[in-house]
Amino acid sequence: MTSLSGALAAATITPPHIEYGQLSPLLVVFGAAVAGVLVEAFVPRERRRAFHLVIALGGLVAAFALIISVAATPSLFAHGSPGHVVAMGAVGVDGPTLFIQGTIVVLAFVSVLLIAESSHGVSPFAAQAAAVPGSAEEREGLLRGISHTEVYPLTLFAVGGMMLFPAANDLLTMFVALEVLSLPLYLLCGLARRRRLISQEAAMKYFLLGAFSSAFFLFGVAMLYGYSGSVSLSAIAAAAATNVSSATLLYAGIALVGIGLLFKIGAVPFQSWKPDVYQGAPTAVTALMASCTVVSAFGGLLRVFYVAFGQLTWDWRPAMWGVAILTMLAGAIIAITQTDVKRMLAYSSIAHGGFVLTAVVAATAAGLSASLFYLAVYGLTTIGAFAVVTLVRDPAGEANHLSKWAGLGKRSPWLAGVFAFFLLAFAGIPLTSGFAGKFAVFQAAAAGGALPLVIIGVLASAVAAFFYVRVIVLMFFSDPAPDGPTVVTPGLFTGAAVAVGAAATLVFGIAPEPLLALASHAAAHLFVR
Amino acid sequence: MLTLYVPILMLAALAALFAGFSLVMGALAGPKRWNRAKLQAYESGIEPTPQPSGGGRFPVKYYLTAMLFILFDIEIIFLYPWAVTFRSLGVFGLVEMVLFIVTVLVAYAYVWRRGGLEWD
Repeated sequence: MTSLSGALAAATITPPHIEYGQLSPLLVVFGAAVAGVLVEAFVPRERRRAFHLVIALGGLVAAFALIISVAATPSLFAHGSPGHVVAMGAVGVDGPTLFIQGTIVVLAFVSVLLIAESSHGVSPFAAQAAAVPGSAEEREGLLRGISHTEVYPLTLFAVGGMMLFPAANDLLTMFVALEVLSLPLYLLCGLARRRRLISQEAAMKYFLLGAFSSAFFLFGVAMLYGYSGSVSLSAIAAAAATNVSSATLLYAGIALVGIGLLFKIGAVPFQSWKPDVYQGAPTAVTALMASCTVVSAFGGLLRVFYVAFGQLTWDWRPAMWGVAILTMLAGAIIAITQTDVKRMLAYSSIAHGGFVLTAVVAATAAGLSASLFYLAVYGLTTIGAFAVVTLVRDPAGEANHLSKWAGLGKRSPWLAGVFAFFLLAFAGIPLTSGFAGKFAVFQAAAAGGALPLVIIGVLASAVAAFFYVRVIVLMFFSDPAPDGPTVVTPGLFTGAAVAVGAAATLVFGIAPEPLLALASHAAAHLFVR
Repeated sequence: MLTLYVPILMLAALAALFAGFSLVMGALAGPKRWNRAKLQAYESGIEPTPQPSGGGRFPVKYYLTAMLFILFDIEIIFLYPWAVTFRSLGVFGLVEMVLFIVTVLVAYAYVWRRGGLEWD
């Protein structure tokens, strides 16, 4: 209280300097989200979707253009500078951050296309989330053909948080970004039109476990503040370099902040939410989470461990080794037993998180650029795969049970072929982007002295390839089930999402060099301190 | 380097032991004398809100009111320090504060237009 009144008495606060130009990509996305809330308030129900689409897609395109223009600013990276710290040290604008933000915006654009798909008369979102499943209110809403259009502003808020999360240069800004990205996602998970109970269960689980992990993160921030007297990443790094006070606080802080970050990635042993949430959430939202959220969470993890704990590599590396090994093996092995295609993709996403962690362990510029490349290509393939999942339906909604997918290749060879292509990319077969990504991260990990990790990674890839190939065999070499699902013709938006995913998987598989070069250029000077 | 992890492992083992011990001993040795009050939901000491039989819906009006209250409460909290430093922050402070109030007003407009302010 005394310091507060002292500050008030002095009243000589100088206005902070805010670099609006360099923050403009973030501001545009948040501005579009606020505009979306106004649309919800003042535009009649039947015209909202069109307004939202223009605002959301336009906002994301504008944000991408602004990211490129910031990245192309010569003064920002002059004389080998890694970038700038803007907004009084709260946000870092540097190569890796801009690459990650660009990736998130592109992935979010494709996800919004999937979210907006309603060519078959129904949107994938509930008419009234508050109506009890199976009640008269729910039936009335369904009959009137309404759906929650709040999903668009919610998605934009989440995307804005995801863009701020890897850019946050102090732990408090990072925590705010973590909440801004998480809270809309909790809501979005519970909005599925079909199988509403499982969707609400997913939202509840995600919320409770997410709140837990936020508490871990915040507690870790408190420890690190106690150790270094600052929440700024560079100040923590400086304090760790001079070893100012008790190392116990520092190690406890690293562990707790690490748990909070690894939870969002879904690394073992913090993965338990992932299969349930991925299964229960509307598939379009699952696609958003499996691509954008993972990219953003890895961005935050990389920044914290490279900048704040960059001097302490030898202390956190053993734990990260353990987490990477557990994540790769558990993800790949448990995926074998899955019978639901969304759960299988969730465990596959866990295993892929482990592969990226091998490059994080390297803690070098090569590891950083390999992670960036892997995240970008993996995100595009993932969205394509989930877009295919939305197309295989039966009367109750999506037919997610793998037994229903039997013989799909005989009835819809194109769809099954595209899905098989995505699975081969996940498995890391050459000429797909998955191979280029795996090669990049394993090479970086091996060069960083983590050869045993690479060997385990290759073994886990082999295990993972088994269940990917099993699905392909199921689709092409077994007889169709008599009560098999119908494959709907993709609407324009879903078709575009599948096409973007397939094209990116193919192009970055055959010619990964331009994107690899861009990633290594972005990562050349690591993060700004 | 790896010896750093020994205390953590010991702590984890102790925590697991303690959790298991507490659960098992509570189930085995604890007296179980249930009465109506013990089986009721805890609502800070007041009589619990009557629940529809079979677990139906109950109104969440207070919750909406509380959310709106927090919205404007927080707005006011930010307005006070700004008012005190109004002169030194100058035009920058004015513009930022107007932006802040506009975003809060957007949320307010949403609640108002979607019927969040109607009691019934």
